[in-house]
Amino acid sequence: MSEFLQFLFSGLTVGAVYALVALGFTLIYNASGVVNFAQGEFVMLGGMITVFAHMAGLPIPLAALVAVAATAALGVCLNKLAIEPARGAPVVSLIIITIGASIFIRGAAQLVFDKQIHSFPAFSGDDPIHVLGATILSQSLWAIGGAAAVFVGLWLFFTRTLLGRAVLATSNNRLAAQLVGINTDFVMTLSFALSAGIGALAGVLITPITMTSYDVGLALALKGFAGAMLGGMGNPKGAFIGGLLLGLLEALTAGYLSSQYKEAAAFVVILAVLFFMPQGLFGRKSTDRV
Amino acid sequence: MKKILTTTVPAALIALGLGATAHAEIRIGASVSATGPAAFLGDPEAKTLEMLVEELNAKGGINGEEVKLVLYDDGGDANKARTFATRLIEDDEVHAIIGGTTTGPSMSILSVAEDAEVPFISLAGAIDIIQPVRPYTFKTPHTDRMACEKIFEDMQKRGITKVGLISGTDGFGASMHAQCKDVVGDYGIEIVADETYDPKDADMTAQLTKIKNAAGVQAVLNPGFGQGPSIVTRNYKQLAIDLPLYQSHGVASDGFIELAGKDAAEGVRLPGTALLVADLLAEDDAQKPVVAAYKAAYEAKYKMPVSTFGGYAHDGFALLVNAITTAGSTEPDAIRDAIEATSGLAGTTGIYTMSPENHLGLDLSAFRMLEIKDGGWTIVE
Repeated sequence: MSEFLQFLFSGLTVGAVYALVALGFTLIYNASGVVNFAQGEFVMLGGMITVFAHMAGLPIPLAALVAVAATAALGVCLNKLAIEPARGAPVVSLIIITIGASIFIRGAAQLVFDKQIHSFPAFSGDDPIHVLGATILSQSLWAIGGAAAVFVGLWLFFTRTLLGRAVLATSNNRLAAQLVGINTDFVMTLSFALSAGIGALAGVLITPITMTSYDVGLALALKGFAGAMLGGMGNPKGAFIGGLLLGLLEALTAGYLSSQYKEAAAFVVILAVLFFMPQGLFGRKSTDRV
Repeated sequence: MKKILTTTVPAALIALGLGATAHAEIRIGASVSATGPAAFLGDPEAKTLEMLVEELNAKGGINGEEVKLVLYDDGGDANKARTFATRLIEDDEVHAIIGGTTTGPSMSILSVAEDAEVPFISLAGAIDIIQPVRPYTFKTPHTDRMACEKIFEDMQKRGITKVGLISGTDGFGASMHAQCKDVVGDYGIEIVADETYDPKDADMTAQLTKIKNAAGVQAVLNPGFGQGPSIVTRNYKQLAIDLPLYQSHGVASDGFIELAGKDAAEGVRLPGTALLVADLLAEDDAQKPVVAAYKAAYEAKYKMPVSTFGGYAHDGFALLVNAITTAGSTEPDAIRDAIEATSGLAGTTGIYTMSPENHLGLDLSAFRMLEIKDGGWTIVE
């Protein structure tokens, strides 16, 4: 029993990391249909900026705030300098632009920061919490809590606010959204700022668990993307549950089958799910009017 | 007349040019991975080479001749390394090459260097670089196999016969994992659990729980590199596993203690080089002066702690300088013979004694078994 619980905790810890990254994809995807491959770089920046601001003498909460704000500003720049000038280009071209941005940010981070691995202390100490013979670190609870909070926030944003509905409308039909008076440029800028901010927040929460360096973004983005696809792209509930599920799948495979197959097992399940439910577990069915 | 002008003048210029360079300097080529995935190995290597060349020239060079370093950054890409090796030999006309931060680039440089018959000193770990022995290829870092042997030797002394392995699936972890499995039988030790993790994984408690519950396990060994071993060490503490934990030489740095946390790293043992424990070496230790001088110079110049990897570059350069000095010539074959004749040269990694059968020249004594106590290193006797 304690063994199962430990695998569960391990899966929840890893899953919370994936869920936090997956949630970051949601906003930009909802506003523009673009899968932002620079999302992992936002996560990396959140961690790295916090580390360096902390080393420069700022307390961690303030350093984290600086990191989230700076990354959100960078998200706005990415939209203004790279995405907006290419307006009207097909979604695939925009996705390729985000891949370019990701490579650029990684290279710049290597020069601006350094090439070492960094971490900062966990928010509430390193002492594990014991539950029925299994243990979990308090930072994992922070990550799970953070993911849940972002999920609830996004869900309220999309369902209860006018602005959230404006984002969805922009994604659905840009021209129609403009005709009913939605400032679609602002919606795009807002979605990049929020996505970058959520990414950076994820970086702050997971760095004490995973550590960070200039090149962690790609691996995180891939896992987060897989989690988002599993749950249903664009749906905050899908991103949250998809990320957690992916983590649990990996941990349980590592625990009961073999750690050699944990990635393979997780991806086989994802393929199976997408085969029967191409929209993911919670994705909207898309209907095109002809 | 016009014909004479077009043919003889350039010929004369070329002759002059060659004459000028041949007497003025010794050219050493280097291709390391100062950027890319192996950047945190290659970056200190590049810095070390630049610093040492500067130092050497300030002292008058080798036998009064200035040394010129031609340094390229291959970004860890084996194809780029091959291109740079060719460029170093054909365009820069170097007398010897140091480099190949990781095994891939090393293998491609060595094939170019062997064809051109130019001495090459590799900075990568794999045993395949010097086994079988190739006439012009040498290397400075000890092999994974030696690290495994050192660890198992220590386990044997503590009476440990059953171990659990948790290895990274990156190149370093996979290679060391294979070597350890290969030699473990020689020490009467049995592997009772064999788990892996992806180098970017966030949590290894699932694997460690399995190892903890394996029948009769007495110690755990973690061949790995980068942040993985730090996370393993933290999770080890989180699960309160009460068995000795061994890490590899891949994480032998102060950064590891910092990342894993002082409390979690307490009692962890790993094979490291003299460079890591410069202050703890006995006064009569042959490596002490070399290690202390390199550490002081590097830390003063770059304001960052020395690393084992920079030490490999230091030793490669020392081997080469020693060989060119004793050979008194920059002929590739003379340098090659002199490197092979190296005997008792103290470097930061160990004491090198090369032979025609051994182009590494280190034995197990190059490794010191270290234990982490109170956030610092101690030498296990």
